[in-house]
Amino acid sequence: MEKAVADIHKGSSGTVAKKFGFTVKSGRAIDIDAADMSVADEVMARVPSWSLCIGCGGCTATCTAGAFADYNFRRLHLMVRRGEVTGLRGRLSACMLCGKCVLQCPRGVNTRGVIAALMELLPRD
Amino acid sequence: MAAKRVIVIGGGVAGMQAAVALKKQGVTPMLIERDITLGGKLCRWDRLFPSGTRAGEVVSPLVEAISETGIRTVLCGEVSEIVGDDSRVEVMLTDGSSYEAEAAIIATGFDLFDASLKEEYGYGIYPNVVTSVDLEEMFRSGAVVRADGSEPRSVAILHCVGSRDRQAGCGHCSRVCCITGVKQAIELKQLYPGCNVYNFYMDMRMFGSGYEELYKEAQERYRVNFIRGRISECSGTMDSRVLVKAEDTLAGRPLRLTVDMTVLLVGKQAPASNAKFASELGICVSSDGFFKGADCFDGATLTSRRNIFVAGTATGPKNVGESMNEAVAAAIKAAEYVKGLA
Ligand SMILES: Cc1cc2nc3c(=O)[nH]c(=O)nc-3n(C[C@H](O)[C@H](O)[C@H](O)COP(=O)(O)OP(=O)(O)OC[C@H]3O[C@@H](n4cnc5c(N)ncnc54)[C@H](O)[C@@H]3O)c2cc1C
Ligand code: SF4
Ligand code: SF4
Ligand code: SF4
Repeated sequence: MEKAVADIHKGSSGTVAKKFGFTVKSGRAIDIDAADMSVADEVMARVPSWSLCIGCGGCTATCTAGAFADYNFRRLHLMVRRGEVTGLRGRLSACMLCGKCVLQCPRGVNTRGVIAALMELLPRD
Repeated sequence: MAAKRVIVIGGGVAGMQAAVALKKQGVTPMLIERDITLGGKLCRWDRLFPSGTRAGEVVSPLVEAISETGIRTVLCGEVSEIVGDDSRVEVMLTDGSSYEAEAAIIATGFDLFDASLKEEYGYGIYPNVVTSVDLEEMFRSGAVVRADGSEPRSVAILHCVGSRDRQAGCGHCSRVCCITGVKQAIELKQLYPGCNVYNFYMDMRMFGSGYEELYKEAQERYRVNFIRGRISECSGTMDSRVLVKAEDTLAGRPLRLTVDMTVLLVGKQAPASNAKFASELGICVSSDGFFKGADCFDGATLTSRRNIFVAGTATGPKNVGESMNEAVAAAIKAAEYVKGLA
């Protein structure tokens, strides 16, 4: 249970928490009102098939990098869609661009296209 | 040989379709409807999923067929009691009148869940919390606006209100509300392309032909946001907006969002009269209160009484097409039965 909570923090506002040396409470709830959707909007414009994601986790299950590193591609791109982009760029560097996720996706999301766009658009940590 | 008569109770699409089909089989139907008009719930819907057809385009041909073929119809007639034995059925109305026939088809439909019972969603308290039924009425009137008359720029649509919820006393899935939520999200985007629409769901149940396609269209063409998680509460803000709280279960995090309007997708419930009619007749209802067919494969429209048949949403949540098809099935079985009588 504790580990799961820690993971969640790392996944979203982990960097913020580390920088300030305490667990920020803003890290708990996703606040759509305050979210910055600029990265999400640009990725969506470049890769429209991203809109079709149903969160099935097929990409994460098949992911070469996810098998070895603490890297969950489904959750990573979901967090971008919720406007939470801090701390994700470093995580994305685990991706080997093998393209297995594209072959897996039941909704035909061009996941490699999403990765390419994110590599360019996500803020550097 | 005297004409064989079958009374159809309920003049929604199922009851009307059953009456028309009986007539085609050479049986004399009689249709009894509680309301002042025929059509049932469809009188309240605007455009139908999955095709966008106007509800009136489905109802009108049935109403015409009923009047053209001279099917005897009683309007404003609420059936309060059904009695009889294995060879005769007597139907009593609240006004004291009664009618007799060789058989009856019960097509009394469904009731809508009363959203104010889920107090945490604030229906009836916050003016910008509405139901899917209210939204249909807005689409029909052409004015989809907030309580103060302004255009909504963000809308949250909540699935499973009064369905799949033991707290609300309704364990069953109402089946058509997911697709209604997708349809209404698309219609909102067609009307207000700049409006942000968020559907909060537990499962997306796209069972019908063309439904999954509509869901994909909502995502890809209209950019409707689908968030897996149930809204736990709605609260009004100082500026008459609605703050919704849910868990984004795919992110594993709580989520909050303020919207201009919240739409509650209300479920289908079995009318209280089902249990009453069932006990009068000695037929069965399921645990969800809808009439139970004699057999779930071949006898969906049959009951333990050989002269009582059931059709449409009276037997459980269904879409229009399923309700109408079940009505034809019931009519065939009822016609077979009365024709077989000496
Ligand atoms: C919000 C919402 C939107 C929907 N949109 C769609 C859609 O777009 N497409 C689609 O395919 N389906 C849709 N549906 C489903 C659709 O409404 C039903 O499939 C349809 O109404 C079923 O018809 P019915 O005749 O079985 O029942 P009903 O429409 O409920 O009709 C039953 C009739 O029986 C009458 N009655 C009841 N009790 C008595 C009595 N004691 N005496 C006399 N008369 C009585 C009632 O007055 C009523 O006229 C929607 C449902 C909901 C809740
Ligand atoms: S391309 Fe990247 S995200 Fe996709 S399966 Fe390969 S390593 Fe995983
Ligand atoms: S496989 Fe496709 S649909 Fe499934 S989570 Fe990954 S991107 Fe989304
Ligand atoms: S159809 Fe969808 S919204 Fe309706 S009860 Fe079933 S799961 Fe819930």
